[in-house]
Amino acid sequence: MYVLGVETSCDETSVSVTIDGKEVLSNVVLSQIDIHKEYGGVVPEIASREHIKGITYVFDQAMKEAKIEYEDLDLIAVTEGPGLIGSLLIGVNAAKVISLNYHIPIIGVHHITGHIYASNIEHDFEFPLLALVVSGGHTELILMKEHFSFEKLGETQDDAVGEAYDKIARVLGLPYPGGPVVDKMARDGEEEYHFPRPMIDSDDFNFSFSGLKSHVINLNHNMKQRNEEIHIANFCRSFQEAVTDVLVAKTIKAKDQYQVKQVIVAGGVAANSGLRQKMKEQITDVPVYFPSMKYCTDNAAMISAAGYYKYKKEQKYDDFMLNGSSRLEINKEE
Amino acid sequence: METKIKIKTLDDTNRLSAIISGHLFPGFILGLTGDLGSGKTTFTKYLAKHMGISANLNSPTFTILKVYDNENLNLYHMDVYRLEEIGYDFELDEFIYGNGVSVIEWYPYIEMMLPVEMLRVSIRVEEDDLRTVTIQGEGRYLQIVKDIDSRYRNEIYLP
Repeated sequence: MYVLGVETSCDETSVSVTIDGKEVLSNVVLSQIDIHKEYGGVVPEIASREHIKGITYVFDQAMKEAKIEYEDLDLIAVTEGPGLIGSLLIGVNAAKVISLNYHIPIIGVHHITGHIYASNIEHDFEFPLLALVVSGGHTELILMKEHFSFEKLGETQDDAVGEAYDKIARVLGLPYPGGPVVDKMARDGEEEYHFPRPMIDSDDFNFSFSGLKSHVINLNHNMKQRNEEIHIANFCRSFQEAVTDVLVAKTIKAKDQYQVKQVIVAGGVAANSGLRQKMKEQITDVPVYFPSMKYCTDNAAMISAAGYYKYKKEQKYDDFMLNGSSRLEINKEE
Repeated sequence: METKIKIKTLDDTNRLSAIISGHLFPGFILGLTGDLGSGKTTFTKYLAKHMGISANLNSPTFTILKVYDNENLNLYHMDVYRLEEIGYDFELDEFIYGNGVSVIEWYPYIEMMLPVEMLRVSIRVEEDDLRTVTIQGEGRYLQIVKDIDSRYRNEIYLP
Protein backbone atom coordinates (compact mmCIF):
# COMPACT_ATOMS: atom_id res chain seq x y z
CA MET A 1 0.00 0.00 0.00
CA TYR A 2 1.50 3.33 -1.08
CA VAL A 3 0.81 5.88 1.66
CA LEU A 4 1.36 9.61 1.19
CA GLY A 5 2.06 11.49 4.44
CA VAL A 6 1.59 15.24 4.85
CA GLU A 7 2.81 17.22 7.88
CA THR A 8 2.47 21.00 8.37
CA SER A 9 1.53 21.35 12.04
CA CYS A 10 4.35 23.71 12.99
CA ASP A 11 7.44 24.98 11.19
CA GLU A 12 8.36 22.11 8.87
CA THR A 13 6.62 21.50 5.56
CA SER A 14 6.97 17.79 4.90
CA VAL A 15 5.62 15.19 2.47
CA SER A 16 6.59 11.54 2.37
CA VAL A 17 5.71 8.32 0.57
CA THR A 18 6.02 4.99 2.36
CA ILE A 19 5.00 1.44 1.63
CA ASP A 20 2.82 0.18 4.48
CA GLY A 21 4.27 2.80 6.81
CA LYS A 22 7.53 0.85 6.97
CA GLU A 23 9.54 1.31 3.81
CA VAL A 24 10.29 5.00 3.32
CA LEU A 25 10.50 5.89 -0.39
CA SER A 26 10.79 9.61 0.23
CA ASN A 27 10.67 12.00 3.17
CA VAL A 28 11.13 15.61 2.08
CA VAL A 29 11.33 18.17 4.90
CA LEU A 30 11.50 21.91 4.32
CA SER A 31 12.41 23.57 7.62
CA GLN A 32 11.58 27.18 8.46
CA ILE A 33 13.76 27.28 11.54
CA ASP A 34 16.11 29.96 10.21
CA ILE A 35 13.17 32.27 9.54
CA HIS A 36 11.67 31.88 13.02
CA LYS A 37 15.02 32.05 14.83
CA GLU A 38 15.09 35.82 14.89
CA TYR A 39 11.74 35.92 16.70
CA GLY A 40 12.79 33.49 19.43
CA GLY A 41 10.19 30.96 18.39
CA VAL A 42 7.70 29.96 15.76
CA VAL A 43 5.43 32.79 14.64
CA PRO A 44 2.07 31.41 13.45
CA GLU A 45 1.33 33.81 10.62
CA ILE A 46 4.85 33.62 9.21
CA ALA A 47 4.72 29.82 9.45
CA SER A 48 1.51 29.75 7.39
CA ARG A 49 3.00 31.96 4.70
CA GLU A 50 6.11 29.80 4.48
CA HIS A 51 4.04 26.61 4.23
CA ILE A 52 2.11 28.11 1.33
CA LYS A 53 5.34 29.07 -0.43
CA GLY A 54 6.91 25.65 -0.02
CA ILE A 55 4.14 23.10 -0.15
CA THR A 56 3.86 22.58 -3.92
CA TYR A 57 7.61 22.07 -4.22
CA VAL A 58 7.65 19.62 -1.31
CA PHE A 59 4.78 17.56 -2.79
CA ASP A 60 6.48 17.43 -6.20
CA GLN A 61 9.84 16.54 -4.73
CA ALA A 62 8.43 13.77 -2.54
CA MET A 63 6.65 12.16 -5.52
CA LYS A 64 9.74 12.50 -7.69
CA GLU A 65 12.01 10.84 -5.13
CA ALA A 66 9.49 8.05 -4.56
CA LYS A 67 9.36 7.53 -8.33
CA ILE A 68 5.59 7.04 -8.38
CA GLU A 69 2.61 8.99 -9.73
CA TYR A 70 -0.27 10.38 -7.68
CA GLU A 71 -2.53 7.81 -9.36
CA ASP A 72 -0.49 5.03 -7.73
CA LEU A 73 -1.28 6.16 -4.18
CA ASP A 74 -3.59 4.07 -2.01
CA LEU A 75 -4.00 6.35 0.99
CA ILE A 76 -3.28 9.94 2.02
CA ALA A 77 -2.50 10.58 5.70
CA VAL A 78 -2.39 14.16 6.94
CA THR A 79 -1.75 15.74 10.35
CA GLU A 80 -5.07 17.18 11.54
CA GLY A 81 -3.73 18.46 14.89
CA PRO A 82 -2.61 19.52 17.36
CA GLY A 83 -0.54 22.41 16.11
CA LEU A 84 -0.78 25.91 14.67
CA ILE A 85 -4.25 26.19 13.23
CA GLY A 86 -3.31 28.12 10.08
CA SER A 87 -0.37 25.83 9.31
CA LEU A 88 -2.47 22.69 9.81
CA LEU A 89 -5.11 23.96 7.39
CA ILE A 90 -2.56 24.29 4.60
CA GLY A 91 -1.49 20.66 4.86
CA VAL A 92 -5.06 19.43 5.29
CA ASN A 93 -6.31 21.36 2.28
CA ALA A 94 -3.38 20.40 0.06
CA ALA A 95 -3.99 16.76 0.98
CA LYS A 96 -7.70 17.15 0.20
CA VAL A 97 -6.88 18.56 -3.23
CA ILE A 98 -4.81 15.50 -4.12
CA SER A 99 -7.46 13.24 -2.61
CA LEU A 100 -10.28 14.83 -4.59
CA ASN A 101 -8.36 15.14 -7.84
CA TYR A 102 -7.01 11.58 -7.94
CA HIS A 103 -9.80 9.85 -5.98
CA ILE A 104 -7.52 8.65 -3.21
CA PRO A 105 -8.95 8.08 0.27
CA ILE A 106 -7.77 10.43 3.01
CA ILE A 107 -7.29 9.97 6.74
CA GLY A 108 -6.52 12.55 9.44
CA VAL A 109 -3.74 11.72 11.87
CA HIS A 110 -2.89 13.02 15.35
CA HIS A 111 0.58 14.56 15.30
CA ILE A 112 1.72 12.71 18.43
CA THR A 113 0.70 9.32 17.04
CA GLY A 114 3.07 10.22 14.21
CA HIS A 115 5.93 10.83 16.62
CA ILE A 116 5.21 7.48 18.27
CA TYR A 117 5.03 5.61 14.94
CA ALA A 118 8.35 7.13 13.85
CA SER A 119 9.89 4.49 16.11
CA ASN A 120 8.06 1.65 14.35
CA ILE A 121 9.76 2.56 11.05
CA GLU A 122 13.09 1.45 12.52
CA HIS A 123 12.13 -1.04 15.25
CA ASP A 124 8.96 -3.11 15.24
CA PHE A 125 6.65 -2.36 18.14
CA GLU A 126 6.23 -4.95 20.87
CA PHE A 127 3.18 -4.59 23.11
CA PRO A 128 2.47 -3.47 25.72
CA LEU A 129 4.59 -0.48 24.86
CA LEU A 130 5.29 2.73 26.75
CA ALA A 131 5.93 5.97 24.87
CA LEU A 132 7.40 9.08 26.45
CA VAL A 133 6.49 11.97 24.16
CA VAL A 134 8.60 15.05 24.78
CA SER A 135 8.65 18.16 22.61
CA GLY A 136 8.13 21.91 22.59
CA GLY A 137 4.39 21.45 22.95
CA HIS A 138 4.05 18.05 24.65
CA THR A 139 5.14 16.03 27.66
CA GLU A 140 3.09 12.84 27.89
CA LEU A 141 3.37 9.20 28.89
CA ILE A 142 1.29 6.96 26.65
CA LEU A 143 0.57 3.24 26.98
CA MET A 144 -0.14 1.13 23.88
CA LYS A 145 -1.58 -2.37 24.29
CA GLU A 146 -1.94 -2.94 20.54
CA HIS A 147 -1.50 -1.07 17.27
CA PHE A 148 -3.19 2.30 17.23
CA SER A 149 -4.59 2.11 20.72
CA PHE A 150 -3.42 4.87 23.04
CA GLU A 151 -3.98 5.37 26.73
CA LYS A 152 -2.67 8.62 28.15
CA LEU A 153 -1.20 7.79 31.55
CA GLY A 154 -0.13 11.32 32.38
CA GLU A 155 0.88 14.67 30.95
CA THR A 156 2.27 18.04 31.91
CA GLN A 157 0.04 20.16 34.09
CA ASP A 158 1.59 23.36 32.82
CA ASP A 159 4.66 23.84 30.56
CA ALA A 160 5.97 21.30 28.09
CA VAL A 161 9.56 20.23 28.64
CA GLY A 162 10.84 21.71 25.35
CA GLU A 163 9.16 24.98 26.23
CA ALA A 164 10.94 25.06 29.60
CA TYR A 165 14.24 24.61 27.72
CA ASP A 166 13.41 27.49 25.37
CA LYS A 167 12.52 29.80 28.25
CA ILE A 168 15.65 28.96 30.25
CA ALA A 169 17.76 29.59 27.14
CA ARG A 170 16.07 32.94 26.65
CA VAL A 171 16.74 34.00 30.24
CA LEU A 172 20.40 32.96 29.91
CA GLY A 173 20.72 34.90 26.66
CA LEU A 174 21.24 31.75 24.56
CA PRO A 175 19.81 31.52 21.04
CA TYR A 176 16.59 29.79 19.92
CA PRO A 177 15.83 26.92 19.78
CA GLY A 178 16.93 26.53 23.38
CA GLY A 179 16.83 22.76 23.67
CA PRO A 180 19.87 21.82 21.57
CA VAL A 181 21.89 24.80 22.89
CA VAL A 182 21.23 24.08 26.58
CA ASP A 183 21.94 20.38 25.91
CA LYS A 184 25.26 21.22 24.28
CA MET A 185 26.27 23.57 27.12
CA ALA A 186 25.20 20.97 29.71
CA ARG A 187 27.64 18.43 28.30
CA ASP A 188 30.53 20.69 29.35
CA GLY A 189 29.10 21.53 32.76
CA GLU A 190 28.75 20.02 36.22
CA GLU A 191 25.75 19.88 38.49
CA GLU A 192 26.75 22.81 40.65
CA TYR A 193 23.27 24.13 41.49
CA HIS A 194 20.56 22.02 42.99
CA PHE A 195 17.21 22.45 41.29
CA PRO A 196 13.93 20.89 42.42
CA ARG A 197 12.56 17.71 40.78
CA PRO A 198 8.86 18.64 40.58
CA MET A 199 6.33 15.83 41.09
CA ILE A 200 9.01 13.16 41.01
CA ASP A 201 7.35 11.28 43.89
CA SER A 202 3.73 12.02 43.03
CA ASP A 203 1.36 9.06 42.79
CA ASP A 204 0.39 9.76 39.20
CA PHE A 205 2.22 9.98 35.88
CA ASN A 206 1.81 13.73 35.48
CA PHE A 207 4.57 16.29 35.11
CA SER A 208 5.06 19.95 36.00
CA PHE A 209 7.87 22.15 34.76
CA SER A 210 6.52 25.61 35.49
CA GLY A 211 7.80 25.65 39.09
CA LEU A 212 11.25 24.47 38.07
CA LYS A 213 11.33 27.11 35.35
CA SER A 214 10.42 29.85 37.89
CA HIS A 215 13.02 28.54 40.33
CA VAL A 216 15.75 28.65 37.70
CA ILE A 217 14.71 32.08 36.45
CA ASN A 218 14.60 33.48 40.00
CA LEU A 219 18.02 32.09 40.85
CA ASN A 220 19.45 33.61 37.68
CA HIS A 221 17.82 36.93 38.53
CA ASN A 222 19.02 36.92 42.15
CA MET A 223 22.56 36.02 41.20
CA LYS A 224 22.66 38.82 38.66
CA GLN A 225 21.45 41.29 41.30
CA ARG A 226 24.15 40.15 43.69
CA ASN A 227 26.67 40.48 40.85
CA GLU A 228 27.57 36.82 41.20
CA GLU A 229 29.17 35.12 38.27
CA ILE A 230 26.84 32.57 36.66
CA HIS A 231 28.59 29.53 35.29
CA ILE A 232 26.34 28.97 32.28
CA ALA A 233 27.48 25.43 31.48
CA ASN A 234 26.96 24.35 35.10
CA PHE A 235 23.61 26.12 35.16
CA CYS A 236 22.51 24.25 32.03
CA ARG A 237 23.79 20.95 33.39
CA SER A 238 21.96 21.39 36.70
CA PHE A 239 18.73 22.19 34.86
CA GLN A 240 19.14 19.26 32.50
CA GLU A 241 19.80 16.85 35.39
CA ALA A 242 16.63 17.99 37.17
CA VAL A 243 14.48 17.63 34.04
CA THR A 244 15.86 14.27 32.95
CA ASP A 245 15.67 12.85 36.51
CA VAL A 246 11.92 13.51 36.54
CA LEU A 247 11.34 12.20 33.00
CA VAL A 248 13.30 9.00 33.61
CA ALA A 249 11.80 8.35 37.08
CA LYS A 250 8.23 8.63 35.80
CA THR A 251 9.01 6.49 32.77
CA ILE A 252 10.49 3.74 34.95
CA LYS A 253 7.50 3.86 37.27
CA ALA A 254 5.09 3.43 34.35
CA LYS A 255 7.27 0.74 32.77
CA ASP A 256 7.19 -1.34 35.95
CA GLN A 257 3.54 -0.81 36.74
CA TYR A 258 2.35 -1.81 33.25
CA GLN A 259 5.09 -4.40 32.62
CA VAL A 260 5.83 -3.09 29.16
CA LYS A 261 8.04 -4.92 26.68
CA GLN A 262 9.43 -1.81 25.02
CA VAL A 263 9.99 1.85 25.85
CA ILE A 264 10.14 4.46 23.12
CA VAL A 265 10.98 8.12 23.41
CA ALA A 266 9.45 10.39 20.79
CA GLY A 267 9.34 14.08 19.86
CA GLY A 268 11.97 16.77 19.44
CA VAL A 269 13.37 16.44 22.98
CA ALA A 270 14.16 12.77 22.22
CA ALA A 271 17.23 14.28 20.55
CA ASN A 272 18.51 15.45 23.95
CA SER A 273 21.79 13.71 24.77
CA GLY A 274 21.32 13.85 28.54
CA LEU A 275 17.92 12.16 28.27
CA ARG A 276 19.24 9.51 25.88
CA GLN A 277 22.12 8.64 28.17
CA LYS A 278 20.09 8.53 31.39
CA MET A 279 17.33 6.43 29.83
CA LYS A 280 19.80 3.89 28.50
CA GLU A 281 21.70 3.76 31.80
CA GLN A 282 18.65 3.34 34.00
CA ILE A 283 16.42 1.15 31.85
CA THR A 284 18.22 -2.09 31.08
CA ASP A 285 15.51 -4.77 31.38
CA VAL A 286 13.58 -3.79 28.22
CA PRO A 287 14.75 -2.13 25.02
CA VAL A 288 14.61 1.67 24.90
CA TYR A 289 14.37 3.11 21.39
CA PHE A 290 15.05 6.64 20.29
CA PRO A 291 14.21 7.46 16.69
CA SER A 292 17.18 8.48 14.57
CA MET A 293 17.56 12.23 14.22
CA LYS A 294 15.71 12.51 10.90
CA TYR A 295 12.61 10.96 12.52
CA CYS A 296 12.88 12.85 15.83
CA THR A 297 11.91 16.23 14.48
CA ASP A 298 8.67 16.79 12.57
CA ASN A 299 8.51 14.81 9.33
CA ALA A 300 5.86 13.26 7.12
CA ALA A 301 7.21 9.70 7.07
CA MET A 302 5.97 9.31 10.64
CA ILE A 303 2.54 10.64 9.61
CA SER A 304 2.44 8.19 6.73
CA ALA A 305 3.32 5.37 9.16
CA ALA A 306 0.70 6.41 11.71
CA GLY A 307 -1.91 6.85 8.96
CA TYR A 308 -1.31 3.35 7.63
CA TYR A 309 -1.77 1.73 11.05
CA LYS A 310 -4.76 3.92 11.84
CA TYR A 311 -6.43 2.76 8.63
CA LYS A 312 -5.56 -0.87 9.36
CA LYS A 313 -7.11 -0.62 12.81
CA GLU A 314 -10.19 1.38 12.01
CA GLN A 315 -10.81 0.30 8.40
CA LYS A 316 -12.36 3.62 7.50
CA TYR A 317 -11.46 6.91 5.87
CA ASP A 318 -12.25 10.53 6.63
CA ASP A 319 -14.48 12.59 4.38
CA PHE A 320 -14.02 16.15 3.17
CA MET A 321 -15.23 17.52 6.49
CA LEU A 322 -11.72 16.72 7.75
CA ASN A 323 -10.32 19.86 9.34
CA GLY A 324 -7.36 21.15 11.32
CA SER A 325 -7.60 21.45 15.09
CA SER A 326 -5.16 23.31 17.38
CA ARG A 327 -5.89 21.01 20.30
CA LEU A 328 -6.77 17.38 19.76
CA GLU A 329 -7.01 14.42 22.12
CA ILE A 330 -4.87 11.45 21.14
CA ASN A 331 -7.53 8.92 22.06
CA LYS A 332 -10.37 10.84 20.47
CA GLU A 333 -13.26 8.44 19.96
CA GLU A 334 -15.07 8.86 16.69
CA MET B 1 -12.14 51.90 36.69
CA GLU B 2 -9.37 50.03 38.45
CA THR B 3 -9.19 48.00 41.64
CA LYS B 4 -6.36 46.25 43.44
CA ILE B 5 -6.72 43.12 45.52
CA LYS B 6 -4.32 40.82 47.35
CA ILE B 7 -4.22 37.08 46.83
CA LYS B 8 -2.01 34.47 48.40
CA THR B 9 -3.32 30.94 48.11
CA LEU B 10 -4.77 28.84 45.32
CA ASP B 11 -8.13 29.27 47.06
CA ASP B 12 -7.80 33.01 46.52
CA THR B 13 -7.08 32.48 42.83
CA ASN B 14 -10.03 30.12 42.65
CA ARG B 15 -12.35 32.68 44.25
CA LEU B 16 -11.28 35.53 41.95
CA SER B 17 -11.68 33.43 38.81
CA ALA B 18 -15.10 32.26 40.05
CA ILE B 19 -16.27 35.87 40.37
CA ILE B 20 -14.98 36.73 36.91
CA SER B 21 -16.57 33.62 35.39
CA GLY B 22 -19.97 34.92 36.53
CA HIS B 23 -19.61 37.95 34.25
CA LEU B 24 -18.48 36.35 30.98
CA PHE B 25 -20.26 37.05 27.68
CA PRO B 26 -19.61 36.07 24.04
CA GLY B 27 -16.61 38.00 22.77
CA PHE B 28 -15.21 38.59 26.27
CA ILE B 29 -11.51 39.52 26.21
CA LEU B 30 -9.30 39.17 29.27
CA GLY B 31 -5.72 40.41 28.99
CA LEU B 32 -3.25 39.02 31.51
CA THR B 33 0.19 40.27 32.49
CA GLY B 34 2.67 39.22 35.15
CA ASP B 35 6.20 37.84 35.27
CA LEU B 36 7.09 34.29 34.33
CA GLY B 37 5.82 32.15 37.17
CA SER B 38 3.38 34.69 38.62
CA GLY B 39 0.40 32.40 38.07
CA LYS B 40 -1.19 33.47 34.78
CA THR B 41 -1.74 29.93 33.57
CA THR B 42 -2.95 28.82 37.02
CA PHE B 43 -5.52 31.62 37.01
CA THR B 44 -6.69 30.53 33.54
CA LYS B 45 -6.91 26.91 34.71
CA TYR B 46 -9.40 27.94 37.42
CA LEU B 47 -11.34 30.17 35.04
CA ALA B 48 -11.67 27.23 32.63
CA LYS B 49 -12.94 25.06 35.46
CA HIS B 50 -15.60 27.61 36.37
CA MET B 51 -16.62 27.82 32.71
CA GLY B 52 -17.37 24.10 32.84
CA ILE B 53 -14.34 22.93 30.88
CA SER B 54 -13.10 19.57 32.12
CA ALA B 55 -10.05 19.16 29.85
CA ASN B 56 -6.65 19.73 31.44
CA LEU B 57 -5.55 23.25 30.55
CA ASN B 58 -1.80 23.63 30.10
CA SER B 59 0.55 26.13 28.55
CA PRO B 60 -0.31 27.42 25.05
CA THR B 61 3.12 29.01 24.55
CA PHE B 62 4.29 26.64 21.85
CA THR B 63 1.27 26.97 19.59
CA ILE B 64 0.38 30.47 20.91
CA LEU B 65 -3.30 29.47 20.90
CA LYS B 66 -5.22 26.57 22.36
CA VAL B 67 -8.94 26.25 21.73
CA TYR B 68 -11.18 24.64 24.36
CA ASP B 69 -14.58 23.83 22.90
CA ASN B 70 -17.30 24.09 25.47
CA GLU B 71 -21.07 23.76 25.77
CA ASN B 72 -21.62 27.40 26.60
CA LEU B 73 -18.70 29.65 25.75
CA ASN B 74 -15.55 28.38 24.04
CA LEU B 75 -12.27 29.36 25.65
CA TYR B 76 -9.41 30.67 23.52
CA HIS B 77 -6.26 30.57 25.62
CA MET B 78 -3.37 32.51 24.09
CA ASP B 79 0.16 33.27 25.12
CA VAL B 80 1.60 35.96 22.84
CA TYR B 81 4.97 36.15 24.65
CA ARG B 82 6.79 35.27 21.44
CA LEU B 83 5.09 38.01 19.39
CA GLU B 84 6.97 40.72 21.29
CA GLU B 85 8.92 42.01 18.31
CA ILE B 86 6.10 41.54 15.81
CA GLY B 87 3.13 43.08 17.57
CA TYR B 88 0.30 41.20 15.89
CA ASP B 89 -0.76 37.94 14.38
CA PHE B 90 -3.75 38.06 12.10
CA GLU B 91 -4.48 34.38 12.64
CA LEU B 92 -5.61 35.26 16.16
CA ASP B 93 -8.17 37.78 14.87
CA GLU B 94 -11.07 35.45 14.30
CA PHE B 95 -10.73 34.11 17.83
CA ILE B 96 -10.24 37.42 19.64
CA TYR B 97 -13.17 38.92 17.73
CA GLY B 98 -15.18 35.70 17.84
CA ASN B 99 -17.96 34.53 20.12
CA GLY B 100 -15.96 32.81 22.83
CA VAL B 101 -13.88 34.01 25.74
CA SER B 102 -10.27 35.01 24.96
CA VAL B 103 -7.66 34.93 27.68
CA ILE B 104 -4.48 36.55 26.36
CA GLU B 105 -1.28 36.20 28.37
CA TRP B 106 1.25 38.99 27.69
CA TYR B 107 -1.47 40.98 25.84
CA PRO B 108 0.50 44.28 25.68
CA TYR B 109 2.68 42.66 22.99
CA ILE B 110 -0.29 42.67 20.61
CA GLU B 111 -2.05 45.76 21.97
CA MET B 112 -2.32 47.20 18.43
CA MET B 113 -4.71 44.45 17.36
CA LEU B 114 -6.86 44.54 20.51
CA PRO B 115 -9.96 46.64 21.17
CA VAL B 116 -9.76 49.45 23.73
CA GLU B 117 -12.50 47.82 25.78
CA MET B 118 -11.33 44.68 27.54
CA LEU B 119 -10.63 43.42 31.04
CA ARG B 120 -7.01 43.95 32.01
CA VAL B 121 -5.64 41.82 34.81
CA SER B 122 -2.10 42.20 36.04
CA ILE B 123 -0.48 39.97 38.66
CA ARG B 124 2.50 41.23 40.62
CA VAL B 125 4.49 38.99 42.92
CA GLU B 126 5.22 40.68 46.27
CA GLU B 127 6.95 39.01 49.23
CA ASP B 128 6.76 35.22 49.39
CA ASP B 129 3.52 34.02 47.88
CA LEU B 130 1.64 37.27 48.22
CA ARG B 131 0.42 38.73 44.95
CA THR B 132 -1.23 42.04 44.09
CA VAL B 133 -3.78 41.72 41.33
CA THR B 134 -4.81 44.85 39.49
CA ILE B 135 -8.07 44.64 37.56
CA GLN B 136 -9.08 47.36 35.13
CA GLY B 137 -12.04 47.69 32.78
CA GLU B 138 -14.46 50.21 31.27
CA GLY B 139 -17.72 50.03 29.32
CA ARG B 140 -18.97 46.48 29.18
CA TYR B 141 -16.26 45.49 31.64
CA LEU B 142 -17.04 48.18 34.22
CA GLN B 143 -19.58 46.10 36.12
CA ILE B 144 -17.14 43.28 36.75
CA VAL B 145 -14.52 45.63 38.24
CA LYS B 146 -17.22 47.20 40.43
CA ASP B 147 -18.34 43.76 41.56
CA ILE B 148 -14.82 42.67 42.50
CA ASP B 149 -14.15 46.00 44.18
CA SER B 150 -17.26 45.81 46.34
CA ARG B 151 -16.65 42.21 47.33
CA TYR B 152 -13.09 42.84 48.41
CA ARG B 153 -13.36 46.43 49.66
CA ASN B 154 -14.19 45.62 53.27
CA GLU B 155 -11.72 42.81 53.57
CA ILE B 156 -8.48 43.36 55.37
CA TYR B 157 -5.92 40.97 54.01
CA LEU B 158 -3.99 39.22 56.77
CA PRO B 159 -0.92 37.65 55.30
